[in-house]
Amino acid sequence: MQYELRVNGETHSVEAEPDTPLLWVLREELGLSGTKFGCGIAQCGACTVHLADRPVRSCVLPVEYVGEKEIRTIEGLEGPVADAVRDAWVETQVAQCGYCQSGQVMSAIALLEQIPTPSDDDIDRAMNGNICRCATYPRIRRAIHAAAEGVKS
Amino acid sequence: MSASTSRRDFLRGGLAFGAGLVVGFHWSRGHLAASTGAGLGPMVPSSHAIGDAFAPNAFVRIGSDDIVRVVSKHIEFGQGTYTGLATILAEELDADWTTIRVESSASDTARYANLAFGQMGTGGSTAIPNSWMQFRQAGATARALLVAAAADAWDVSASEISVSQGVVSHAASGRSARFGELADRAGQLEPPTDVAVKDPSEFTLIGTDTARRVDIPAKSDGTAIFTADIQLPGMTTALLARPPRFGATVASFDATDTRKVPGVVDVVEVPRGVAVVAESFWAAKKGRDALRVTWNERAAEWRGSDDIAREYRALAQHRGMKVARHGDPETAIDGATQVLEAEFEFPFLAHAPMEPLDAVAHLREDGADLWAGSQLQTLDQTVAAAAFGLPPEKVAVHTMLAGGSFGRRATPDGDVASEAASIAKALADQGKRNPVKVMWTREDDVRGGRYRPMYIHRLRAGLDASGGIVGWQHRIVGQSVQRGTPFEAFLVRNGIDNTSVEGAGNLAYAPKISGFDVDLVTTQTGIPVLWWRSVGHTHTAYTTEVFFDELARAAGRDPVEMRLAMLDEAHARHRAVLELAADKAGWGTDPPAGRARGVALHESFGSFIAQIAEVSLGDDGMPRVHKVVCAVDCGIAINPDNIRAQIEGGIGYGLGAALFDEVVIESGRVVTSNFHDYRSLRIHEMPAVEVHIVASGEAPTGIGEPGVPPIAPAVANAHAALTGTVVRRLPFSRSLQGA
Repeated sequence: MQYELRVNGETHSVEAEPDTPLLWVLREELGLSGTKFGCGIAQCGACTVHLADRPVRSCVLPVEYVGEKEIRTIEGLEGPVADAVRDAWVETQVAQCGYCQSGQVMSAIALLEQIPTPSDDDIDRAMNGNICRCATYPRIRRAIHAAAEGVKS
Repeated sequence: MSASTSRRDFLRGGLAFGAGLVVGFHWSRGHLAASTGAGLGPMVPSSHAIGDAFAPNAFVRIGSDDIVRVVSKHIEFGQGTYTGLATILAEELDADWTTIRVESSASDTARYANLAFGQMGTGGSTAIPNSWMQFRQAGATARALLVAAAADAWDVSASEISVSQGVVSHAASGRSARFGELADRAGQLEPPTDVAVKDPSEFTLIGTDTARRVDIPAKSDGTAIFTADIQLPGMTTALLARPPRFGATVASFDATDTRKVPGVVDVVEVPRGVAVVAESFWAAKKGRDALRVTWNERAAEWRGSDDIAREYRALAQHRGMKVARHGDPETAIDGATQVLEAEFEFPFLAHAPMEPLDAVAHLREDGADLWAGSQLQTLDQTVAAAAFGLPPEKVAVHTMLAGGSFGRRATPDGDVASEAASIAKALADQGKRNPVKVMWTREDDVRGGRYRPMYIHRLRAGLDASGGIVGWQHRIVGQSVQRGTPFEAFLVRNGIDNTSVEGAGNLAYAPKISGFDVDLVTTQTGIPVLWWRSVGHTHTAYTTEVFFDELARAAGRDPVEMRLAMLDEAHARHRAVLELAADKAGWGTDPPAGRARGVALHESFGSFIAQIAEVSLGDDGMPRVHKVVCAVDCGIAINPDNIRAQIEGGIGYGLGAALFDEVVIESGRVVTSNFHDYRSLRIHEMPAVEVHIVASGEAPTGIGEPGVPPIAPAVANAHAALTGTVVRRLPFSRSLQGA
């Protein structure tokens, strides 16, 4: 089937089986490999992208259900919140193996766009769907708080 | 014999397995540093203008652009080794840190062997220790040549020249030059064979947080390239149908429905299963789902994990092979005031790195390439070469950034390298020489074996009237991670695989116990096992430190006081970290209401760590870990912030496994399958971690693994202090929730 996808502000025409998860269309058809495969069952969050500004797990979202909604991936980030989050991730030295971090960053940006100054409980709720086997969690928490400050300043 | 020494000896022994197969291959100078530039993308030659570069040795290149390229012989899979190696070299070079770039070395065992193994590889927390003097000398040699080039150019004495921040200066004449300006001239000089390295008091980069991790920017914006991300022209993707029971083989298969799946291009049988090759992951996945394989399971392992545990408990009643013994523990315990006994049980554990296993193989007419998060490059090269039908020197292994490993990417059979190469060979035999990427799903990973072995421990000890430990007997029952592998002959000495008993046979308190005995019953099952972050220490730290607290409670003694009393002068570094952690955690003061503290102390891989966990009881009956205070002595602290990060991560990794994880096998089939039933610690379960680093002038030791062993016993001891219940069967969820 042919699908017209809105990805990072551009329209892409892709050929895919209807049940193909969006993850694989992004990675293999569009070459957007920043979004990762971790579990395939929406348990780890490595595949998190934004669909109409909401974080979704692209590994379980069939391409046929995407429709005309705007998709944003790690490659398409822009704006003050995204800049603050990426800066905070580097400044806080969050990443270890780094494989989950695209998903972490996408979830963190979605959180900060909803709640500009999140509490620790807000962070727990927004981020507990993103697994990090390296357990960089203390730094993810610090980086989100730092990014919240960074957006304000 | 220290635990790590033994493990290194084993891996060095592994050289004999590979040695005859790997010599004689040398890259041309132009290719030496032009290996896969991890983070730059596999197809981007990472060293431009290499012909102009100043390349005094295998580990550093300086271009006329002032960029200093450090060549890492170790994989970067999260532990910070790229940055650590570059820090060591840049320190001796007096380079400007902002000019440092790091790239992965070529697969050239002669140049890039792990000096602890004798072949290329990363493990046992050896990356920094084995490279310490090598990278210092590499940096110092390059510096000496730059100084000599400047002295030559300016016609001054080298002794009057100083170097700082990538600039070579002669104060008297006021002349100075950047590294890049001297690179060509330095490249004409013969490297000195004997250069002095700095006295540690002269370090300006080591021990500071100036050297930020080189890989973090690309890992924060999605541009870091892992094996999974490799895209090559004409590349196909393969998923492999593997046996449902370990040891089964393919009897026959019916690919009729598989071949109907759009995008499936081939189905080929290879030694490890049946590969479905497709134009995309999804097509390969659907094709594999549609595949019907009949397996020959006669020789397979049919036991379940509970069956195996039952057998181990029976085996634990009988004496095994001697590991360590002094004095007369039997008589000492017979005469003791109190005698305590305990049996502990540990499940099979999967590593579950975030990036499931994967590799890309390309069998060309004149050789082959293998891209993978290879942790044992020499071995993977040898295994892949055999599958390709090529001599090893015709196989280039490109070491990619890997999304975690925790030991999983270092297998004695080179599993994923073997799969990728054998599939590429099967396709090439049909005239198809396009590259192929093998991917594992999470289910493949959790069900694919290579687990931390199951273990049963039995401990028995006696206390005298004053609360001192007078006798200690410790029996360990479980599989050797290397029995049945090519390394067995080198690893297993006098029947003992030291990685089964490390941390128990060399118990720190043993010199103060009059009668001491440790024995090992090595079992055999069909379940493939492997080292898992911190290896034998994952279970020995738990049993020794939890049982120690049981003894302390029985003696009515404070656990920290009793540990200090049981450590002799030869264990000063143990004592120092324990005293530091106790001080920083406020040991002896009351914890917040509803919480208790627990302590654990353990040495692994030459590093000494004490952790004190502050724990309450959750509504679900499980411990809730609020805070962990950790003191660490890993010798000279090269990158302090990375040491903190590795301790944080080790605590999270070890805690998740201890609380939740168990690979359940029923009738030989692995039931556990993905992150829903193989839980990972999540952010709301992560304690605050406070790390205190002991200042040290000792040579640096590993930090990737040593943070793991103490966390589970520290939490168990806090939980026992809080509830009176000692968790002797891991994971905690199985003991406390029956789950």
